[in-house]
Amino acid sequence: MFGLSKKDTTFLLIVCFLTLATPILLQPFPEGSAGATFNAGYPDLMQRFAIFGIFAIGFNILFGLTGYLSFGHAAFLGVGSYSVVWMYKLLDYNVIPGLLLAIVTSAIFALAIGYVSLRRTGIYFSILTLAFAQMSFNLAYSVLTPLTNGETGLQVYTDDPQILMGENSPTSPHLFGLVMRDSVQIDIGGWLFTFNIGYYFCAVIAILAFYLSLRIFRSPFGMMLRAIKTNQTRLNYTGLNSRPYTLAAFVISGMYAGLAGGLMAAMDPLAGAERMQWTASGEVVLMTILGGAGTLMGPILGAGFIKYFENIFSKINDNMLHQWFGWMPDGMEDALIFISHFFVGKSWHLTLGLLFMLVVIFLPGGLVEGGQRIARWVRGRRKKGSGDDPEHHPKPAPHVAE
Amino acid sequence: MGILEVKGVNKRFGGLQALGDVNLSVQERSVHAIIGPNGAGKSTLLNCLVGKLIPDTGSVMFDGNSVLGRKPHEINQMGISRVFQTPEIFADLSVMENVLIPCFAKRDGSFRLHAFETVANEGELNDEAEKMLADVSMLEKRHMLASSLSRGDKRRLEMAMCLVQRPKLLLLDEPTAGMARADTNNTIDLLKEINDRRDITMCIIEHDMHVVFSLAQRITVLAQGTPLVEDTPDNIKGHPKVREAYLGEAH
Amino acid sequence: MDAIILQVLNGLDKGSAYALIALGLTLIFGTLGVVNFAHGAIFMLGAFCAVTLQRILSLSYTVVDETRTDFLGNPLKVDVPYVEGWFGEATGQAIIEWSVPLAILFAIPVMLLIGFIMERGLIKHFYKRPHADQILVTFGLAIVLQELIKYFFGANPIPTPAPDAFTGSFDFGAMIGFAENAIIYPYWRMIYFVFALVIIGAVFAFLQFTTFGMVVRAGMADRETVGMLGINIDRKFTIMFGIAAAVAGLAGVMYTPINSPNYHMGMDFLVLSFVVVVVGGMGSLPGAVLAGFMLGILEAFASMNWIKDILPGIDQIIIYLVAIVILLTRPRGLMGRKGVMEE
Repeated sequence: MFGLSKKDTTFLLIVCFLTLATPILLQPFPEGSAGATFNAGYPDLMQRFAIFGIFAIGFNILFGLTGYLSFGHAAFLGVGSYSVVWMYKLLDYNVIPGLLLAIVTSAIFALAIGYVSLRRTGIYFSILTLAFAQMSFNLAYSVLTPLTNGETGLQVYTDDPQILMGENSPTSPHLFGLVMRDSVQIDIGGWLFTFNIGYYFCAVIAILAFYLSLRIFRSPFGMMLRAIKTNQTRLNYTGLNSRPYTLAAFVISGMYAGLAGGLMAAMDPLAGAERMQWTASGEVVLMTILGGAGTLMGPILGAGFIKYFENIFSKINDNMLHQWFGWMPDGMEDALIFISHFFVGKSWHLTLGLLFMLVVIFLPGGLVEGGQRIARWVRGRRKKGSGDDPEHHPKPAPHVAE
Repeated sequence: MGILEVKGVNKRFGGLQALGDVNLSVQERSVHAIIGPNGAGKSTLLNCLVGKLIPDTGSVMFDGNSVLGRKPHEINQMGISRVFQTPEIFADLSVMENVLIPCFAKRDGSFRLHAFETVANEGELNDEAEKMLADVSMLEKRHMLASSLSRGDKRRLEMAMCLVQRPKLLLLDEPTAGMARADTNNTIDLLKEINDRRDITMCIIEHDMHVVFSLAQRITVLAQGTPLVEDTPDNIKGHPKVREAYLGEAH
Repeated sequence: MDAIILQVLNGLDKGSAYALIALGLTLIFGTLGVVNFAHGAIFMLGAFCAVTLQRILSLSYTVVDETRTDFLGNPLKVDVPYVEGWFGEATGQAIIEWSVPLAILFAIPVMLLIGFIMERGLIKHFYKRPHADQILVTFGLAIVLQELIKYFFGANPIPTPAPDAFTGSFDFGAMIGFAENAIIYPYWRMIYFVFALVIIGAVFAFLQFTTFGMVVRAGMADRETVGMLGINIDRKFTIMFGIAAAVAGLAGVMYTPINSPNYHMGMDFLVLSFVVVVVGGMGSLPGAVLAGFMLGILEAFASMNWIKDILPGIDQIIIYLVAIVILLTRPRGLMGRKGVMEE
């Protein structure tokens, strides 16, 4: 189905199901219970899962397949956001023209930056992309203020033209009348589920983005990109020109980033220069590597993982800690709460830093490798005693799907 | 008129004359060996043929077209494939994918944005690649990661990657370097068969005289960047100039 | 002319910091082959050595001064630092005032130790891992160090002034024959520059003239061969990591009077230091120093008003612009070697 093999179709369907059922799956605890803090089924956070998922999927097409580590993808994110807000200002709050413009402008930016940066390889390429992105960031803050509204950030004002704006047009981002921030809330026996239009809009686009990346992974083009990562010399002596391949990958991943940036502005009609800063580029690098670069699911897992911890751990406060550890003897409770302070609330970055270190040290292939190890361990236990000796079998090529 | 015509090629690296007025003519369907002591300029010459280096003066014509100034991938598309001294393969890809890539390069040219096709659906190319792997008796290893192959298998894989493109000219850079005698003999047989059955012209750079005299129909002896003699193996064997170049005048 | 000299001088202090951090970065990269994203955090730790020493020296006990009274008429309680109690008031105050220079002595062993622990505990397991892994793990470490400092010292910058003797400015222009008040330069910035030169000189001399340095340089050129000679290169590299950490730490200590230290100062310098290292050429020590000073000075020039009038925003992007131009014209930076970090 959809030009995919049976295995990939199943895989895609599972991803569809998980994405569409997210508002339910991420609310495992009833409202008001001690575990409710760990619920992540609220619109704002779910939208971010989908948007950063798209960003990371796109980044993975460049970094995961070709091995070119860009440190400047945040530039395209920012360009996408600005494009969408400009369309709000000029036309109306419908997100479609803005998103189309976001993809086009980020493609043009990516073409220009990629054309220059791809003349170099390795860290020299990374620094070139970083330099371009930092230049965009600094210019957006200073000289380009007429376009970007500088430090305040670009937003819609009442005196903007908005030529398509009718009497009854919604006054916040919408898709042909479907307002992004509208939600349906369903309360089932204490469990509160929020089905948000914005999230489902992002989710559908994320599924499309995932499907495209799946097709690219399975295509001859994707195979060439992986060949570039492992041996560019051989590729050139096999009659293939690596430059247009890497440039195409760079532009495609730039368009994904632009789309993600556009969606940010589609959820919240604001665009600020800080979206272009190197820390934002660094974040997508971390997401991709943490999840597992070069794998299909890795970037999505990485994006979800980081965004989840960012939101949940930073939310935990003293009251909750007392509530959780209240059953313990006093001394122990205080000690535990003291230790917890290092990891939660304002200090949640420490947790994030430690998690990075632990994952890199023990799971070099990222979270996906962790999953594979568990799967192998389970399978190994089941097969125990069958006399299978994996050491004496040649190593088969890993399937890139997992 | 040979398929490969090298005329008056010079190449200097700073003060060093790496190649001085090299002329070479490789006849179609022949096996032509280039021999010479270390530092004679064999590798420099090879690099000039494949586009890695550009000679200072002279011309290199392949099949009636100049290769000078063209990039390696363009020269490959003209019909020249190259086997390296240490096998250059796509280590992180499967054996099958290693052979599929040259198939795509042959069919689609140096770039095509085939991002929405599927490798598995290209029946014809898959068949071709499998047939090639069967020919080098590696079919059962097609799902293995290329990096996990033995040294000998890596060489055979690289050979298969070149042959599947059906090149007009195959350049081999010391194809038996570091091999045991038995492996060397196998390689000789393989190359002989390629030359006989597939009608592929070959140009071999080699140290091992045993290989050279078993395979070559013509031999060019290179010394200090200049061709000393070009002749048949029998005539080369007893040639005084060749002995001198190899053993040095002092001996 | 005096305007040009003034801008060169203005660029020197930042250039010195770039050069010192970049020197350590490239030393670690050249010897251990590790891309260390925690190097900015080490610079920050150095700065907080100065803060810590200042706090230690200011530790006080309370005495009741019967001769004075507060506004209610009770005897006044005064905090007396221990050092004043031990060495007398004048000496004690001088010691506190000189806490930044004294912190150099304090920071050297501390930073060496931190360097050794980092290398033995974490970095050494990453020699053979891909650069992406090294970047990620050291980045994680940088975040951890940064958050710990934030936890213990708070998020606000902590003022750590230079000794009074060095707080003012002097008329550098008059000293070298220009009109008076043409070139006014703060003492401490000049001291920072001279200090940086001394440290850079010491590192180069150490590498050039000691057998230890010779082995390290040989290892930088060809690690495998040196390993085969039976020289225990790993031990030497551990020491080099410690030295690189100490250099960055000292750069941090001395930088505190110029900019009050805060927990994210390391990250602020990290990105620019990487640009400096790459512009200089990965693995090249003179390249790192040269590029550090060059970019620092160019940045100062670009922030001159008449240049900003002609090219608005140039001061914001000059470093990146120069980096792009240099990398496009010189593929491996100013002094890089072929084949390093190009994969």
